[in-house]
Amino acid sequence: MMTNTGNRVTQGQFSFLPDLTDAQITAQIEYALKQGFAVSVEYTDDPHPRNTYWEMYGNPMFDLKDPAGILLEINACRKTYPSHYIRVMAFDSARGWETPRMSYLVNRPKVEPGFALERQEVEGRSIRYTTRSYAANKPENERY
Amino acid sequence: MALTVADVLAQSQVESVMDELDADLVGLAPVKARIRDIAALLVIDKLRANLGLQSQAPSLHMNFTGNPGTGKTTVAMRMAQILHRLGYVRKGHVVSVTRDDLVGQYIGHTAPKTKEVLKRAMGGVLFIDEAYYLYRPENERDYGQEAIEILLQVMENQRDDLVVILAGYKDRMDTFFQSNPGLSSRVAHHLDFPDYSGAELLSISDKMLGTMNYGFGAGAREAFDEYLSLRLAQPHFANARSVRNALDRARLRQASRLFAQRDRPLTRDDLTTLLPADIRASRVFAAAASSPS
Repeated sequence: MMTNTGNRVTQGQFSFLPDLTDAQITAQIEYALKQGFAVSVEYTDDPHPRNTYWEMYGNPMFDLKDPAGILLEINACRKTYPSHYIRVMAFDSARGWETPRMSYLVNRPKVEPGFALERQEVEGRSIRYTTRSYAANKPENERY
Repeated sequence: MALTVADVLAQSQVESVMDELDADLVGLAPVKARIRDIAALLVIDKLRANLGLQSQAPSLHMNFTGNPGTGKTTVAMRMAQILHRLGYVRKGHVVSVTRDDLVGQYIGHTAPKTKEVLKRAMGGVLFIDEAYYLYRPENERDYGQEAIEILLQVMENQRDDLVVILAGYKDRMDTFFQSNPGLSSRVAHHLDFPDYSGAELLSISDKMLGTMNYGFGAGAREAFDEYLSLRLAQPHFANARSVRNALDRARLRQASRLFAQRDRPLTRDDLTTLLPADIRASRVFAAAASSPS
């Protein structure tokens, strides 16, 4: 049985683990750079799993050799948006892939209110389901 | 069990680094001495670590001053390699920039530009050539000062991630440091690159010819020695760069000489040897002959 106490959003890699430490994030970025992925930092405060429109924090960094520079960006993003979701994405531009290969959260709001299941009755008493985040009840930037 | 220095040396690459340095770079005694000190500190730090004594990595930011052609850029490139093999920098790549790569053209342009360069250089060495151009006090719309501020912050806070090497001519670098005391205090190693002596220049020319697959023929080396002593007396001598230019001109003359002999089959020896005539055709000899001192 899957348990997710605390309503932590489980998007991306490592999301069922405790928050990654800076050293662990450095190791992951090191792996991405070694594979030649372009690493970028994105943030949002809309936690819906179908939200793909995260905002970019700076440009993707594809010419860096060392994770220290990217960690600088991540910490700057954490300071600017302390209660947004921040994720690190690694994009593989090799032919045949051309897709993000890694994506993991590096910052979460302190309290994540979780999701509600919305039911809508349609003809013949059929029910259509959707999930809605409790956080989305408030406008952007006032959610956490 | 207390280890000896020899034990640590046997396990690490320090000795091979020092031997390579001695073999590849001619002269440059103060530079080699400083690198030897840094390597010795590394060994002692390892011994201390064995006993559980923690120590901070030393500040490695450097300032290279000297006349043109004394090897500042060359040594900066080698320094990255050396520090990487000694374990002080993580990746060992060099990002070589001048003022234009750090300073923007309009308000708000400088900070992201400088930060991008710094991020690229992390894990390696940032080499700033002609660093004094960053500071332009007479032009109030110049954003060089902003770039310096960002540099200062990163040089202090990310000491473990980045090594900054500044380079330039001595007098202008001295003025630059006087007007930026923050920068001067963050740079721990000020290395002056002395001019090369005649014998050092000759041995540099041997090395250069070796890498280019050329060699001095009989009497050519002595001719070049004479050329150097005459040329040193003339102004605007740029050390190793002038030697390289002189050797290139000698190659041109050799090429012309061989070109003139259309029907002669050229052996490997012919193609790789510089004869005294190729060197004595220089204007330097003619000038010396016409004006006996």
